[in-house]
Amino acid sequence: MADFLLNALLAGLALALVAGPLGSFVVWRRMAYFGDTLSHAALLGVALGLMLDVSPTLAVTVGCVLLAVLLVTLQSRQPLASDTLLGILAHSTLSLGLVVLSFMQDVRIDLMGYLFGDLLAVGPTDLAWIIGGSALVLVLLALLWRPLLAITVHEELAKVEGLPVAAIRLSLMLLIAVVIAVAMKIVGVLLITSLLIIPAAAAQRHARTPEQMAFGASLLGIVAVCAGLSLSWFQDTPAGPSIVVSAAALFLLSFALPRRTA
Amino acid sequence: MSDALIRLTEVGVTFAGQSVLQDVQLSVKPGEIVTLIGPNGAGKTTLVRAVLGLLKPDSGSVWRKPKLRVGYMPQKLHVDATLPLSVLRFLRLVPGVSRADVQAALAEVGAEQVLDSPLQSISGGELQRVLLARALLRKPELLVLDEPVQGVDVAGQAELYRLITQLRDRHGCGVLMVSHDLHLVMSTTDQVVCLNRHVCCSGHPEQVSFDPAFVELFGEDAKSLAVYTHHHDHEHDLHGAVVTETPTGLSIKGPAKPHIHGDGCKHG
Repeated sequence: MADFLLNALLAGLALALVAGPLGSFVVWRRMAYFGDTLSHAALLGVALGLMLDVSPTLAVTVGCVLLAVLLVTLQSRQPLASDTLLGILAHSTLSLGLVVLSFMQDVRIDLMGYLFGDLLAVGPTDLAWIIGGSALVLVLLALLWRPLLAITVHEELAKVEGLPVAAIRLSLMLLIAVVIAVAMKIVGVLLITSLLIIPAAAAQRHARTPEQMAFGASLLGIVAVCAGLSLSWFQDTPAGPSIVVSAAALFLLSFALPRRTA
Repeated sequence: MSDALIRLTEVGVTFAGQSVLQDVQLSVKPGEIVTLIGPNGAGKTTLVRAVLGLLKPDSGSVWRKPKLRVGYMPQKLHVDATLPLSVLRFLRLVPGVSRADVQAALAEVGAEQVLDSPLQSISGGELQRVLLARALLRKPELLVLDEPVQGVDVAGQAELYRLITQLRDRHGCGVLMVSHDLHLVMSTTDQVVCLNRHVCCSGHPEQVSFDPAFVELFGEDAKSLAVYTHHHDHEHDLHGAVVTETPTGLSIKGPAKPHIHGDGCKHG
């Protein structure tokens, strides 16, 4: 197998593994639009990273975290509904990113790569970042699993029972920010959220516990990555979108199977 | 007052410049059932949130016994339909709780049969019992129940109130409970606090001779239901502000005289 294909496969599998449980929380907590906003803002992070000459992964993570904090602040200070606010931030940060990038004539940028991913160009350094980031997020998710479930069920109940709700909620946002930074190379800023929510939504119909859903989502994500890469290899289609198309096909397929009854 | 579990002193809460609670005094002792009653928008839930520490009052102080263990039963529980969660798993979200603990708590509230059911599939009455079980799993010194009988039919309401009294007797915990029914207050409530942005009045509910209509409606259960009659020394206008003179227009409460119910009368 060609090296670049192996790198692509490993990067995709690492992301699929972590996207399962994290995506489940995005679905349960209805954070899909939030994820979208963060990932659109990632392009601005990339632009600023290039401008300040720091690693794009670091710049994107920091940018996403700042945006998450800004969002929480704005939500409590003004009367616009959350989805309006998210829409404003998502598209203005994406546009701002594009505008900033256009000013940097001396830097060669593969814009399409950032927007839709460039999985087949994942090098050893990228792979190390992706596997390291995914492993870190997986470990933190495992440690925070029960508190995260508790605040997802009822935040105030969790708070009365002594959980540091604000810190746990912020941790979840940070984990999403890290995964977006990791996933950007694989599927690009426009498609990241789909990798979080489609496998989780597909697993949902056939899961009876939160863990089954998270694990099933990881499994379906892995299948989608393999199928998407094969499609890309044999039919010469773009890798990122092929993975998303495969995931969507699995989602449709999940309706064909009979729902498990108790 | 030194044996109190919680003590609120001159608590005031303001939302967007509008006073929601002012000058509220409240305390709950171990083994005591305190019921908060009052119309919609009276600030009952706000007061509960201040007691729980979910909201910081703008004035006054909230004192809690150090390391007080609180069991809280929220007014609503909305769990997203996509989250596959059984009642067992829901109750085991409380740290250090085993399957046997859950079974015991569910048996205590009379809801053993829903142990493995998905949380979203159980009935309103079963959900209230499950929430009560979750509060009990905390081994609480203080139970805080925000409208515990909400969404339950009248016969079920009486049964739930009786259950709460039993739990108090068995565990010796203090109970702070919200109800917006002016006329359905347990005869075993030790103290009733009538709230309408401030404490209108508080005290022991009178043991009242039962309205025949209630006895007919609830049968034996009516013994745990009492008609709470009380006087107000002031009136409220539609905005809840205190009116000292007799109002000429509509007021939320009727004239300040004892309320007398006719046969079949079911209102407050």
